[in-house]
Amino acid sequence: MRRLQSLGRRLALATALAALAAPSAWALDAAQARAIAVGDGDARIAALDAAIARADPGLAPFAQALLDDAVKTGSNGVYIVHDDKATDAVTGAPVALPPDAEDVTNNNRMRGALQAALSGLRLLSPDANQRHAAIEELAKADPDPALLPVLVRAEAAETDASAKRRLGRLVAGVRIAAPERAVRLQAIDALARSDEPAVRALLQARLAPDAEADPELRAALARAVTQVDGRLAWGERLGMLFTGLSLGSILLLVALGLAITYGLMGVINMAHGELMMIGAYVTWLVQNLFRHYAPHWFDAYLLLAAPMAFLVAALVGAVLERGVIRFLYGRPLETLLATWGISLVLMQLVRSLFGAQNVEVENPSWMSGGIAVTSNLVLPWNRLAIVAFALLVLAATALVIGRTRLGLFVRGVTQNRRMASCTGIDTARTDTLAFALGAGIAGLAGCALSQVGNVGPDLGQGYIVDAFMVVVLGGVGQLAGTVVAALGLGLMNKALEGIAGAVLAKILVLVFIVVFIQKRPQGLFALKGRSAES
Amino acid sequence: MEPVPPAQLLPEARRGLLLGTRGWAAVASALALIAVVVPVLNLLVPAGNPLHLGDWGIALVAKIMCYAICALAMDLIWGYTGILSLGHGLYFALGGYAMGMYLMRQIGHDGNYRSDLPDFMVFLDWKQLPWTWAGSSSLSFQLLLVVAAPALVAGVFGWFAFRSRIKGVYFSIITQACTFAAMLLFFRNETGFGGNNGFTDFKRIAGVPIALPSTRMALFVLTGCTLVGFYLLARAIVNSKFGRVLQAIRDAETRVMFTGYDPLRYKLAIWVLSAAMCGVAGALYVPQVGIINPSEMSPAASIEIAVWCAVGGRGTLLGPVLGAFFVNGAKSWFTQAFPEFWLYFLGALFIAVTLFLPRGLLGIAASLRREKGVEASE
Repeated sequence: MRRLQSLGRRLALATALAALAAPSAWALDAAQARAIAVGDGDARIAALDAAIARADPGLAPFAQALLDDAVKTGSNGVYIVHDDKATDAVTGAPVALPPDAEDVTNNNRMRGALQAALSGLRLLSPDANQRHAAIEELAKADPDPALLPVLVRAEAAETDASAKRRLGRLVAGVRIAAPERAVRLQAIDALARSDEPAVRALLQARLAPDAEADPELRAALARAVTQVDGRLAWGERLGMLFTGLSLGSILLLVALGLAITYGLMGVINMAHGELMMIGAYVTWLVQNLFRHYAPHWFDAYLLLAAPMAFLVAALVGAVLERGVIRFLYGRPLETLLATWGISLVLMQLVRSLFGAQNVEVENPSWMSGGIAVTSNLVLPWNRLAIVAFALLVLAATALVIGRTRLGLFVRGVTQNRRMASCTGIDTARTDTLAFALGAGIAGLAGCALSQVGNVGPDLGQGYIVDAFMVVVLGGVGQLAGTVVAALGLGLMNKALEGIAGAVLAKILVLVFIVVFIQKRPQGLFALKGRSAES
Repeated sequence: MEPVPPAQLLPEARRGLLLGTRGWAAVASALALIAVVVPVLNLLVPAGNPLHLGDWGIALVAKIMCYAICALAMDLIWGYTGILSLGHGLYFALGGYAMGMYLMRQIGHDGNYRSDLPDFMVFLDWKQLPWTWAGSSSLSFQLLLVVAAPALVAGVFGWFAFRSRIKGVYFSIITQACTFAAMLLFFRNETGFGGNNGFTDFKRIAGVPIALPSTRMALFVLTGCTLVGFYLLARAIVNSKFGRVLQAIRDAETRVMFTGYDPLRYKLAIWVLSAAMCGVAGALYVPQVGIINPSEMSPAASIEIAVWCAVGGRGTLLGPVLGAFFVNGAKSWFTQAFPEFWLYFLGALFIAVTLFLPRGLLGIAASLRREKGVEASE
């Protein structure tokens, strides 16, 4: 049996190879070609189907010529005309076009049938990519029953396991409407093992009152739908988990810098969003430089863009701290207003420099596409990259805060500013550096956001409320609070989104936060202290 | 931290009268200006006359007076109680929407679709009014709602927030989040308030065409009188014992608590009153400007109210009114003359006021007067 199969596969491949390698090796005979080209629609399609069933190697170029409207028929032959040169469609020999030759016209139904025939024939192609593309194309629509013989043959010949599985599904999709009861039952069983949304729709369609009459088969169909649903639900749940994680990691990036500046200085920096916006614009500029001067290295532009975004945003942050915020310590409400003013100026500045329109940041090519985990769950590379990037930034921040001298100073000043000053820490310098660090992390967040969203002057405004919610929920003083709050809010937002829709989900999350801080006004993780004020 | 100076205490004998003779004279002349001089100059003096007041200027001043009411409300809560709200735009918009609902119903059959329902509902293929619109055909009910809706929302939110002693920046951020959430809610068509287009194309109010010069003037006078009335009310509040406690809460809440006062009730009361004032301002604003949409609830709109208050001088009652006029006057001039520089100016104003003018424009005036006084006494 196995031998036979492999023999069949070889044969099929050989014929397909022959068809591609020598397009003039016609196998259609004159009567068959004529039957496909002339006559009424039903008869032509019947002739086409017969040719498909034979997997006729001459069919592919002929069908392509028909689709290109390059076929003419005369009283004693069928001709293909390319660039005013006519060839006989059967022998492939060049001929003079007889004066009575008429154009063959194809209606939409005929075109559809020809298109399907071409895809069907491509299933037998020796090129794996061609076969995949053909499967992809056929899986989009309900398969044409006429293609069944080709599908069966292709399935038998297919070597790639996943392609073979998908072909099997296509075959079952056709057989589910077969006249024989046993074949239908077998097809239902085969489809019940699938995890594709399209298969579910197919099974559901068979459950329509006029589709499947046999009560036993109807029960089998219903069972199959439940089985497929069960698998799809897993895909959906995992998908939700992933989008939640992805949103959470974005929130983490956005809120991390804020947690540092607020945690250290009690400064609510309303311009934090604009620092992110600056990071995104720096990414855009670096991308343009690469496109212009080093197009070969374009895929690597993020390696330069991320540090640049960090540096520029950190520099702007340091200037802000030295120029404005330093004078407002101890007056948090005034700081809030002043930084809001800064955010307005920065937004308008970017608008004046680069225009009010969004600019286009192109992903490096390795970020397009994704990993297909199940048929209805694809993890896009750019989202995965952001999750990884967020973890990286988190680790780096934790390292700086926990293991470096600057981090030690920052922690000291956060816990007790006066005492830290007494031990000789230059608190003003620590403030500037810590603020610059927070601003730089905002720049990194902007660099990351440029890969998944629009980059425009308003970029920061969309995230600022969310970022503050993370900080409020997480409490200040410890990175753990920010991490838990960001991931928690991300997951919660996406979970609620599935139930209530995007806007209501957002509102519910806000309500949750307001209620939550009833219980814990200092957030999830608060520094322990004995102040009566707090 | 530079403390906000306590309000000048009135001498015992004059406290019942609220203002001195000069103060009452100023109030009376302001009322006369609003209710007599402006209407005469606008309606009776012909258009060619140099004394004629144009409709454009009247509309602008009317709009700014609505903003001034907001600034006054913000001052009560921020300048006198020390609670910075970044969500007062929500209450302004709620009042405006309550009024807008009535105005939408007043359009009657004159909408584009000649239907009983407002146009946007016909557009959404709704067959009947949602329950929120139950009383929208009655002016008195909607006027009640103008005050009740913001007061109720503020009451519920404030009770939760003050009870758990959320304060300072945390409180400000939460109010901002709330107005942001409300904006998202009102942007939805399903919420039933016109989605992102909001309400517009009003035709009449209380049966009178809304575009008539006399209607506009009546609304102008009403707005002006409301502003003066609220000013007097605020004056009475800050000079009362209640107002003293508020200022004590602002300066040292913990001490107030330990002396046996319950700050929750005081904070909640002034918070709700402030929200209701904003609601009234919104209700006066909508018929005169002719549109209300969710952008009034954007965080930026709310934070601007705080700036009017800060520019004029918080912790004074004239300051916010002055600030609203100064900032919005500058805005309408800038957006016409140098539209791209307006945000630079506004941003710089935010920074400059917080850095250099903690007591606002009135602070400059006060220090000038003090210097003069010092010179005179020497």
